[in-house]
Amino acid sequence: MKKRQNVTIKGTKDGIVLHLDDSCSYEELKKELDEKLSANQTNEGERHLTPVKVDVGNRYLNDAQREEIKNLIRQKKNLVVDDIESNVVTRAEVDKLKAENEVVTVSRIIRSGQVLEVPGDLLLIGDVNPGGTVIAGGNIFIMGSLKGIAHAGVFGNDQAVITASSMQPAQLRIHDCLNRAPDKAQNAEKREMECAYIDDNHQIIVDRLQVLINLRPNLNRFEGGH
Amino acid sequence: MGEAIVITSGKGGVGKTTTSANIGTALALQGKKVCLVDTDIGLRNLDVVMGLENRIIYDLVDVVEGRCKIHQALVKDKRFEDLLYLLPAAQTVDKSAVKPEQMHKLINELKQDYDYIIIDCPAGIEQGFQNAIAGADRAIVVTTPEVSAVRDADRIIGLLEKTKTVESPKLVINRIRNHMMKSGDMLDVDEITTHLSIELIGIVADDEEVIKASNHGEPIALNPNSKASIAYRNIARRILGESIPLQPLEDKNKSVFGKIKQFFGVR
Ligand SMILES: Nc1ncnc2c1ncn2[C@@H]1O[C@H](COP(=O)(O)OP(=O)(O)OP(=O)(O)O)[C@@H](O)[C@H]1O
Ligand SMILES: [Mg+2]
Repeated sequence: MKKRQNVTIKGTKDGIVLHLDDSCSYEELKKELDEKLSANQTNEGERHLTPVKVDVGNRYLNDAQREEIKNLIRQKKNLVVDDIESNVVTRAEVDKLKAENEVVTVSRIIRSGQVLEVPGDLLLIGDVNPGGTVIAGGNIFIMGSLKGIAHAGVFGNDQAVITASSMQPAQLRIHDCLNRAPDKAQNAEKREMECAYIDDNHQIIVDRLQVLINLRPNLNRFEGGH
Repeated sequence: MGEAIVITSGKGGVGKTTTSANIGTALALQGKKVCLVDTDIGLRNLDVVMGLENRIIYDLVDVVEGRCKIHQALVKDKRFEDLLYLLPAAQTVDKSAVKPEQMHKLINELKQDYDYIIIDCPAGIEQGFQNAIAGADRAIVVTTPEVSAVRDADRIIGLLEKTKTVESPKLVINRIRNHMMKSGDMLDVDEITTHLSIELIGIVADDEEVIKASNHGEPIALNPNSKASIAYRNIARRILGESIPLQPLEDKNKSVFGKIKQFFGVR
């Protein structure tokens, strides 16, 4: 009886995909991967590196195992692992993902000296007073006035935005970008219904709220409708 | 069983002691039995403003440390028939001499015998502040129309809101100068109240009569003819639950009065 293939290589229009079977043991898988990649050696010499995707199906790989697989592939061929895809995630990862994709609604005033931090998006029904700080892994939507500090996308999301009904911040931060209020308010004109985002030059821009419709289509979570 | 109200501000010198003395006096004028408690240990002032300095024998720290009974330390204000008393702060030790639990116990005892306990809080957010709010049921935050005072008031309100035992704080704006508000050189009542978003319970003009009265040990609230006195008396009546519209300041400035109406009366 022919042994089932634990490692299969497919070329797709997006590049090479390595399918690693999820029913054998991890050791077995490693061994076969090693053999297969060695067998297919094509001594073409210095070719440029080809990115591959790895699909491990319903197998869970911890960080060390992911590294191991990546190294194995890198050593054997002119292949470099682009991404390892698994259908399995841990509960902790799910909780984190869920928290980071949740909109947390808070109804209060963030006063001087107070810090409010959420993992996902923040919807604040209230003001951020001078000396107060709001921090979010995602976007920050403030229904009242922003007079303190707002920091969106703290975990590295540079697509995050900050909106406020009244935008008079001491500081705006998105990911690693910072934008400080001018030392002297130029004109006391009130800035209403505005948003802040990072533009192509890695600068924080403050503009009318409506520009986000085109700039950040991903803000839409509602699908369908008329 | 009485009620304890702490008068606090964060920033120093904005008028906590003046407000404590005058609200206490005004409540006594309304026939309430009042005990003023000075928690500014090491920097006591309330006794001076009340004109009771010379009669101090024991102080708050003596009570807390058991060197005397509460009633022995209370200084009676002879201007009132058995209605107004002061528990003075100690002057020779510092704020760490008392702990919040001790204050809580002390205030609770006073609540048995008095309608209102008015607690004068020291400036700052450290131990002295924690002591002052420990036994309080309500809080009045005093600010002046200056950006830094309002900023500190905001900080204090944030801390008070976290203190479950204290009811949502009320605001007194002190030392208002009408001409400066009008010219836009001072924050106006509307701006401050919107910014801090707590209920305004009184506004007091900047008035040198207040300073003179304090220097004579006669709180201005005793003088029926002064605007500032009426302002303090009105605060006392609002504490008692009456609904009184805010007084327009000296020169009947329509715009300020108009704004004030938004907060009082119209509800
Ligand atoms: N409405 C007023 N008009 C004029 N002067 C005032 C007024 N209120 C307070 N003052 C003056 O301001 C000064 C400071 O007031 P006060 O001692 O009551 O402040 P405080 O907040 O208790 O200060 P501290 O933080 O030092 O305890 C005093 O000289 C007082 O007379
Ligand atoms: Mg004082």
